Amino acid sequence: MRTIHASRITQAVSELYTESSYVIGDDVRAAIDAARETEPSPAGRSTLDQISENYRIAAAERVAICQDTGMAVLFAEVGQDVHIEGPAFEEAVQQGVRDAYLNGYLRKSIVADPLFGRVNTKDNTPAVIHARIVPGDRIRLTAVAKGFGSENMSALRMLTPAEGVQGVKRFLLETVEKAGPNPCPPVIIGMGIGGSFESAAMMAKRATALPLDHSNPNPQYKALEDGLLRAVNDLGIGPGGTGGVTTALKVHIIQAPTHIAGLPVAINICCHAARHATVTI
Amino acid sequence: MKTVHLNLPLDEAAVRSLRAGDTVTLTGSIITGRDAAHKRLVELIDRDEPLPVPLAGETIYYVGPAPASPGHAVGSAGPTTSYRMDSYTPKLLAQGLRAMIGKGLRSREVIEAMKTYGAVYFGAVGGAAALIARSIVSSEVIAYPDLGPEAIHRFQVKVFPAIVLIDSFGSNLYETGPKLYRKSDL
Ligand code: SF4
Repeated sequence: MRTIHASRITQAVSELYTESSYVIGDDVRAAIDAARETEPSPAGRSTLDQISENYRIAAAERVAICQDTGMAVLFAEVGQDVHIEGPAFEEAVQQGVRDAYLNGYLRKSIVADPLFGRVNTKDNTPAVIHARIVPGDRIRLTAVAKGFGSENMSALRMLTPAEGVQGVKRFLLETVEKAGPNPCPPVIIGMGIGGSFESAAMMAKRATALPLDHSNPNPQYKALEDGLLRAVNDLGIGPGGTGGVTTALKVHIIQAPTHIAGLPVAINICCHAARHATVTI
Repeated sequence: MKTVHLNLPLDEAAVRSLRAGDTVTLTGSIITGRDAAHKRLVELIDRDEPLPVPLAGETIYYVGPAPASPGHAVGSAGPTTSYRMDSYTPKLLAQGLRAMIGKGLRSREVIEAMKTYGAVYFGAVGGAAALIARSIVSSEVIAYPDLGPEAIHRFQVKVFPAIVLIDSFGSNLYETGPKLYRKSDL
C-alpha cells in the first residue's frame, strides 16, 4: 500500500493542463512541419506555416495555443494499492483544473446547464473524469483539453456487422467530408470500434491522445489505420479546409470485443491544437 | 500569392473588388461577437430597438478570446466556427454589416444575403490564436460585459492575416479549393 496525498494529484492535474495549453507535443509539431514540405496547395502551405509559427509563439510567450482551451477530460488509471489521503480523488482533480484555468490565463468555456440558462461556471469545471482501477501502486493521469470546434464534428454510429470494414470506411469519410473546414484541419482522428455504445466513444477520445508515432499493434488494424488516413487525405479538404492533401495527420483506432449483433463505431475528431499530456505519480 | 492590404472600414466597392482565394491583411477597427451576442443583437433587431453598436460598415470577428496575460492587449484570439452564427447573420447583413471573419462553412441563406447586401466572409487560421493575437493592438469591451469572453469587444487590428473564403458574388474557396486536390469519391 502506497499513500499519495490528494494535493499531489491536484498539482499534477494543474501542471498538465497549463503546460499542454501552452506547449504542443513534439510529435504534432514535427508532423505539421513535415506536411509543410509535401503540401502542394499554396493556401495550405500558408496555413501550415501559421500553425507552426503559432506553436512557437505560444510556447515562447507561455500563452494558450488556441483561445478555445477546451473542456478538460481526464483519463486516470489508479493502482489498486494506492491509498489517497485528504480530499476525495474527484475533488482533487477538479481543484487542479480550477487552478490551471484560473491562474494560467486560460479561457473558461463550461456552462453549468446544457439547455437552460447556459451560465458559465467561471472556472472551467467540472472536468469529465474517466477513472479505471488497475494493478500496482501508481496513478497515471492523461489530461486532454478538448476544443469544441472539432468535438462538434465527431460522430457515433451503431453499424450492423454486415457493414464491416467498408461500412467503417464509409462512415469515416462521410463524417470528415461533412466536417470540412470546421474542425480546423489538419486533424487527428480517434476511432473506437467495438465495445458498447459508450465505451466506443471513450476509446475514440482516448485514441486522439495517443502519440502520432504510435500505431495499432494488430497488423490488420494498422493496415486499416493507414488505408483510412490515405482515403481521408484523398478527399482534398486540406489545411484549413481550403484544399490540399493534408486533411489528417493520423488515424488511431482502438478496438474492443463487442456483441454478436453489433458493430459500434465512434469517431472523435481532434484539431491540430491537439493538447494532451500524461504523468505518472 | 499576392497579398492585398485593406484598411477598415470597407465600403461596398472595396468588398466587391475582392475575390475568393485573395490573401489579405486587415488594418483598422473591428468588433467581436459570437453565439450569445448574436442572439441578443437579433432580439433587438426583431423588436426594432437600437443596437448597442451600429452595424453599418462594420467588420465582425467571431471570437471569444482567452484572458490577456500581463503585457498583452488580448489573450489568444483565433476564430470560432462560423456556422453557429448562420441563423442570425442575414439580419445583421441587412443592417449593413460589411464583413465577417471566422472559420468554416456558411449556409446558403448567409451566402445569398452576402450577395444581396455586398458583404465578404474572411477566414483566419483556426487555432493560430497566439499568432493572430499579435495583430490585435487594443481591446475594449463595448457591450454585454456579463457575457465574459462572449462580450462584444472593439479591437484595433494591424495587419491581421486573412483570406477571402466567400466573396460578395458567392464564390466559395471551400468549394473550389478542395476540388483541385480531390482524388476520390465517397
Ligand atoms: S477546433 Fe481546435 S484549433 Fe480550432 S478553434 Fe477549436 S480548439 Fe482551436
